[in-house]
Amino acid sequence: MNPIALILAFPLLGFLINGLLGPKLPKSIVGWLGSIAVFASFILAVSKWSLILADAKGINWNAYTFLQIEQLTLNVSFTLDRLSLWMTLIITGIGSLIHLYSISYMDHDEQPAKFFAYLNLFIFSMLLLVLGSNFLMLFFGWEGVGLCSYLLIGFWYTNKDFGHAARKAFVMNRIGDLGLLLGMYLIASNYGSLEYAEVLPSMAQGNGSVSLLTGIAVLLFIGAIGKSAQVPLFTWLPDAMAGPTPVSALIHAATMVTAGIYLVVRTQALFFLSPAARTVVLVIGVLTALIAAVIALRQNDIKKVLAYSTVSQLGFMFVALGVGAYTTALFHVTTHAFFKALLFLGAGSVIHGVHDEQDMRYMGGLKSKMPVTYWTLLIGTLAISGFPMLSGFFSKDEILANVFHHSALVYGIMAFAALLTSVYMFRLFFLTFHGEYRGTEKLEFDKVHESNWKMTTPLLVLALLSVLGGLLNLPHYISHEGFLSAWLKPTYIMFEEVIHADMTTEILLISMAVLIFLVGFVYSRQRYLVKGVSPEVETKGVAKWLQNKLYIDEFYNLVVVKPLEVLGDILFALFDTLLLYGLTFAVHPVLRWVGGRNRKIQNGNIEFYLLYMVVAIAILLGVNLLFV
Amino acid sequence: MELIIIPVVAALLSIFTKGNRWLNTILATAGLGVLLLKFGPSNMDYQSGQWVSIVDVPWLSDVVHFHLGLDGISYLLLLLTNILLPLIVFSVNDHRKPSLVPLALVMQAGLNGVFMAKDGLMFYLFWELAMIPIYFITLIYAERDNFVTTVRFFIYTFIGSLGMLASLIYLYTKTPDASFAFESLMSINLGYTESIWVGAGFLLAFAVKIPLFPFHTWQPNTYTYAPAQGSMLLSGIMLKMGLYGLIRWYMPLAGESIPFYQPIIITLAVIGIVYGALIAMRQEDMKRLVAYSSLSHVGLIAAGIMTMTETGMNGALLQMFVHGVNVVGLFMAIDLIQQTYRGRHFAELGGLAKVNRWFTILFFLIIIGTAAAPLTNGFPGEFMLLKSIFDYDTTYVVFAGLTIILCAVYMLRMFQFSMLGEPQEENKPIALVNTLPLVVIAIMVIVIGIFPQWFIEIFEPAVKNILTTISNTKGVMS
Repeated sequence: MNPIALILAFPLLGFLINGLLGPKLPKSIVGWLGSIAVFASFILAVSKWSLILADAKGINWNAYTFLQIEQLTLNVSFTLDRLSLWMTLIITGIGSLIHLYSISYMDHDEQPAKFFAYLNLFIFSMLLLVLGSNFLMLFFGWEGVGLCSYLLIGFWYTNKDFGHAARKAFVMNRIGDLGLLLGMYLIASNYGSLEYAEVLPSMAQGNGSVSLLTGIAVLLFIGAIGKSAQVPLFTWLPDAMAGPTPVSALIHAATMVTAGIYLVVRTQALFFLSPAARTVVLVIGVLTALIAAVIALRQNDIKKVLAYSTVSQLGFMFVALGVGAYTTALFHVTTHAFFKALLFLGAGSVIHGVHDEQDMRYMGGLKSKMPVTYWTLLIGTLAISGFPMLSGFFSKDEILANVFHHSALVYGIMAFAALLTSVYMFRLFFLTFHGEYRGTEKLEFDKVHESNWKMTTPLLVLALLSVLGGLLNLPHYISHEGFLSAWLKPTYIMFEEVIHADMTTEILLISMAVLIFLVGFVYSRQRYLVKGVSPEVETKGVAKWLQNKLYIDEFYNLVVVKPLEVLGDILFALFDTLLLYGLTFAVHPVLRWVGGRNRKIQNGNIEFYLLYMVVAIAILLGVNLLFV
Repeated sequence: MELIIIPVVAALLSIFTKGNRWLNTILATAGLGVLLLKFGPSNMDYQSGQWVSIVDVPWLSDVVHFHLGLDGISYLLLLLTNILLPLIVFSVNDHRKPSLVPLALVMQAGLNGVFMAKDGLMFYLFWELAMIPIYFITLIYAERDNFVTTVRFFIYTFIGSLGMLASLIYLYTKTPDASFAFESLMSINLGYTESIWVGAGFLLAFAVKIPLFPFHTWQPNTYTYAPAQGSMLLSGIMLKMGLYGLIRWYMPLAGESIPFYQPIIITLAVIGIVYGALIAMRQEDMKRLVAYSSLSHVGLIAAGIMTMTETGMNGALLQMFVHGVNVVGLFMAIDLIQQTYRGRHFAELGGLAKVNRWFTILFFLIIIGTAAAPLTNGFPGEFMLLKSIFDYDTTYVVFAGLTIILCAVYMLRMFQFSMLGEPQEENKPIALVNTLPLVVIAIMVIVIGIFPQWFIEIFEPAVKNILTTISNTKGVMS
């Protein structure tokens, strides 16, 4: 059996078993079943490492023909090459840890089987997305993960708001999906195929005008905007925090939302050939990184801070793509998967410990009660804020270095966004763990507890990865060629520029990075630890705007949702019911009137009938004489 | 021949079953049995693409022949009719509706005739024969005094049919051998203006039946107030008659007028897609919501057919089947909800998922099938249809493509307000036995979604054949 089939089969099997037999299985089994299914795929993927290392072309598997329309053949086919293997390892590796964590996180839930079934289905869809060898498979996975995201955000289905958040996520994703679909049509019509291996080399050989390539790239990127929560389609991601926290860690931080970056890296040749499209990517990325970071400054829900942080970090990745640093973007995807999963799981552990409180204004001083969570979350915070030699330091520095060579202005904006990252992350950290406990009577401080080993083990592993993640792609001033750069090199069809700054610039950039980290740390410490916060204080001015997410949701409601609803109402009430339906009713009186008139001719009077007869004969004779 | 007689005999027998749903279902399945055993792909050659005659006997002297034929397209729609009929019959579990099943079975005979008739007048007769039972079903078993709605629906569609009759008679007067045979009618070369008039007659009948915006106004009220089975028969099978007529009768017989009508119909269809979806988004009555969503979906199918491409036609035929299956599933699920709980308005429902594990899964599968999620049956057809519109006009596809966003909006809205949320009171579950037809439908949602090519291969040669015939005899390039 083809190894790709097996990698896909394990999570699918886990989904089917838990989904169909779930309620009949003992509660203690379902979680382990789901976790083992994902871990099996991980082991299998690891075992193929040396094979792919030796032969960069990888393994192919053509399962069957999905559709054959005119000259276009659409196959269900897969490729395990270096890029997809890398993604598979992230998905199944982080996925295994989060599954393990979920076993105890979902301990008290009524339907753990349903939860693990959905989680396995998500892993399957995500693997479909990255293992597919054509755009159709990508689209299958793309919509599949969207569907799983819908199911998991709305997992606690009795809550109306959660259901609303789930629908919002799905619909906003579908707006992007339409762009992706149109992009696929444009490819199919011009290149006669949707296989990466046929389309991309053809583009690289110079087939297709620049405007066509730009059109395709921008349409595909619209899909990425939806899936990776970029401006203007980013508002679903913070709402998606309604789902259980492991879901936020897995789907809305580490894996699904990075699908947009995967798409651009996969079609690197296309974006390489269209500078205009890359500019679009860059602008969107910069805007997102900045806006989301600003909003994150004033969120009080611990998960919302992390959600906006994710949006902002995804913006960083797109900035890297926008300046043509594809490997760098994927490097940040990887390190971000480590530390953001860690942060979310840590936040989940906190929420678990304080019995489902999520508002940081009611936390504080948890350090002594939750030592493991405290230390691991500290590592996560240091990593994302760019503490020297931790994973986030290397990947973010690489992005900033690339941006610096592109444009000093963009560098300035991104450096500021990085500063904000450091500020809001330490704000989160200090509000949660330091200072006085500010919880309400509802929960006494004594009842706050540390989580058990199934939850803390993933935290420790992820903390270790967050520390060492930088080794995956060391900068050129330490090692000749980064590991990831060398690994991905054969994947690219078009040559990727590698920027090596001179030593002075490099030292300058590193000093800036350290400075940014320090300023953020010191500011937050002053503002939130020394001065402290009080839950009662009313916010006003700019802070209120930020707390209300700049009123972007309200704006969208006003200019998109409401008008469409009103239009639907008007069409229904005025056009469909009154005008069109009424019109058919109007036929009725007309017919009645005509019928009433005609009835009078038939009045039962013989003389009249004779008269009609004579007139009719006269007319017929006349016609006969004139025309025949 | 058996496909006409057996349902009629079954209809007569079903009068004596005393409303036993299992017996009725067996009677309704007889048609499917014959279809699979006698006319399945292993016995018939659907790969040639030819419309093969199976019966041809003079009926009204030599003018009208009792002439039936089969090809992949006919087979697909016969399959649809005869798979859905048993499911619909099974869903009748009310002894107070004794003539519902016999009428449905008579309708089955009429529908089978429509999809096989190879003689113009026979086609017309079957077309009207299928109308009569549904008229009585919607009239007698409507959930409220429904006389006005039903009569209006009947007259509206009947006037449309008269247009088709006029066109058929006109063509008949021009045939060299004075016959209504399909080949004779098709052999006539019409002038451009002439073809527009003949085409108008056909299109009036089909546009009303499909229904195409703005000829749809009989539809929402009829679907909403008809008994559930009436809505299923109408939306699942009957409106496919209009789409079938477009491919089988309008195009070959009045193909000279296609250049004139193509932009008009595609424009109306695309308007209908968005129009139906926008209104569906705002409905609170689940049946009315599905009625408008159906308007949106058939608009896409009609547009695909009129692109005159293989992609569009194959996508349209696949989607005709899929839409039939899914819309019957939706109406059936709504009916079960209405039977078991207070009603079918959003305000009366909510939280049904709590006590209905299997029903929720089945209902959700049908919903995502309708919303065309990949690996469900709605996706391949929609993918092909949108592709054909994309190749026809890139502006249109942006509007037509809105369906993938808007459909998600109204379908998930319906799911949320009925199944999710906090239950209003302690509910009893929907009886499991009643969900059996939904299991069959859910299986079709998944199987067609994963292996669409199996289905397309049945009718693809026939589509090729029709397109070649039209371009050869009528000079219309696809």
